[in-house]
Amino acid sequence: MKSGSIKADRIPALLALIFASLLGLGFVLPQWVMFLVTIAMAKAFVVLGLVILQRTGLVSFGQALYYCLGAYCAGALSKFYAVSDVLVLMLAGGASALLVSVILGFLLSNYRGIFFGLLSMALSMILYGVLVKSQSLGSSDGFNMLAPTLFGYKPATQGEIRFLLLAVACAFGLVLTLLVHRYLRTPLGRLCEAIRDNEIRVEYMGTSARQAIHVKYVIAATVAGLGGALAGVTVGHIAPEMAYWTTSGEFVFIAILAGTGSVAAPFLGALIYESIYSVAYDLSPNTWQMVVGTCLLLVIVFLPNGLWSVFTRWKKN
Amino acid sequence: MAVILDARGLNKVFGAVTAANDVNAAIERDSVVGMIGSNGAGKTTFVNMVTGYLKPDSGVILFEGADITQLAPREITRLGICRSFQIPQLYNTLSALDNIMAGLGIVLRNAGLGGYFSRADAIVPGHGLPAAAAADRLLLRFGLTAYRDQPAQVLPGGVRKLLDIALAMVVKPKLLLLDEPTSGVAAEEKFGIMDLIMSAVKAEGATVLFVEHDMDVVARYAERVLAFYDGRIIADAAPEVALSDADVRKYVVGQRVAASGQSGAGAHA
Repeated sequence: MKSGSIKADRIPALLALIFASLLGLGFVLPQWVMFLVTIAMAKAFVVLGLVILQRTGLVSFGQALYYCLGAYCAGALSKFYAVSDVLVLMLAGGASALLVSVILGFLLSNYRGIFFGLLSMALSMILYGVLVKSQSLGSSDGFNMLAPTLFGYKPATQGEIRFLLLAVACAFGLVLTLLVHRYLRTPLGRLCEAIRDNEIRVEYMGTSARQAIHVKYVIAATVAGLGGALAGVTVGHIAPEMAYWTTSGEFVFIAILAGTGSVAAPFLGALIYESIYSVAYDLSPNTWQMVVGTCLLLVIVFLPNGLWSVFTRWKKN
Repeated sequence: MAVILDARGLNKVFGAVTAANDVNAAIERDSVVGMIGSNGAGKTTFVNMVTGYLKPDSGVILFEGADITQLAPREITRLGICRSFQIPQLYNTLSALDNIMAGLGIVLRNAGLGGYFSRADAIVPGHGLPAAAAADRLLLRFGLTAYRDQPAQVLPGGVRKLLDIALAMVVKPKLLLLDEPTSGVAAEEKFGIMDLIMSAVKAEGATVLFVEHDMDVVARYAERVLAFYDGRIIADAAPEVALSDADVRKYVVGQRVAASGQSGAGAHA
């Protein structure tokens, strides 16, 4: 643990450096790259939550539920109340996910393994079904959102909008990774691996594994809601596809690609995923899935603990 | 001496099998009690009922005078009863140290000290030390220091057994139940391991109730013996009396001698 506490001192600084550099890149990157990076970060928020669940031995195939919920909550504020402040929209998105996950958590925390995965997927598909049938929310087309503002600042150009959103994404990225990093070092956070390894022992040591899983589920949902709201504002349009099971699959894909080695891993994973996806889609619009799938296979075969394991191996050597 | 655990009229039936048939036992504080009996005699069922894993069909279990019969295992643990397992129940991917640290974290949390904003070096209740130091001391007492950073899944059987018991000691139980502490341990290592366990447990201070098949171990470490047969306690006395009891010799010891003659010391592992 001694070495652990020394590392703990360095990681916040490292995270600050990573997100400051990402923000710094905003000054030189073209708009479309800034857009991709911001979307990647929105997805990384969701994956950050998945990492917590994965460490606990749970795979959710339904994080799209909260991704979509966050986006639609932000979208509804934008559409019906003309709210355009990106901070307000994101916090509302996160809050809606938190609220719903507290309730659904009572149900889901009773399930493990494939049952947890499929039940979470089913719930997200229910939201998808409801949204597709909701005419006031644009049915299957979804609807557009207002251009973002922040504390009264109204970006004048598309470039300014892109930079504003990237900055907000970086700020949230830093805060969320710091919070989750700290959380994973609390006794409750440490219970992740203990629950994954031996839930019965956790109970016999005097605490409720189910309750601990409930808390982790809520955390994962909240960050997913924040990510969904950010994605909605960034794209400027939201649609029911955000709740579709393939969206959840994408998050699981990124989580496997990234690995659970660090709170920064989801961001690396999401950036690489978006890059591969963009290049693959550009080269072969009809068979891009094959390219993406091959990349995942290569990672699974050669880096079974995800891309982040490159760093941990390198550190060990 | 004061009674710490009092089981009264416990009954438990699984289909056609009677696992507990009017089991009565009063365990005195700071005593070391051995439980013997052939497989299926009801020893582990008794342990499971005391620790809340199984609920008796009828009867009550009092711990320090309070009725714990219907409590969940975690609630019973918080009151001061902890157990080890016949097959060690560890956090297999975590190191020996992190196994203990996870347990200490639970102790901190139950004391309201393990929250998001609490200090990492808070004193663990009952240990008088911050978690990291308490973990190292516990590993030292159980002779596990050399295995500190190895994942539990690669540890040898005897070491896993010790870590399992050390984990039970993390919660500073007033009553410790050991389910076959020497099963799966080579015959020549049994006394060494039991010496280590007993000295570590005595250093931490706990009443011990242990299930054991090896009569030499029972005779040497138990102050009192409960002999189980067919869900009933057929003898409850000091080891020299209980082990020479006619029924015990016939149903427990005799059977054991015959069985071990055929399949060796690890028959019940």
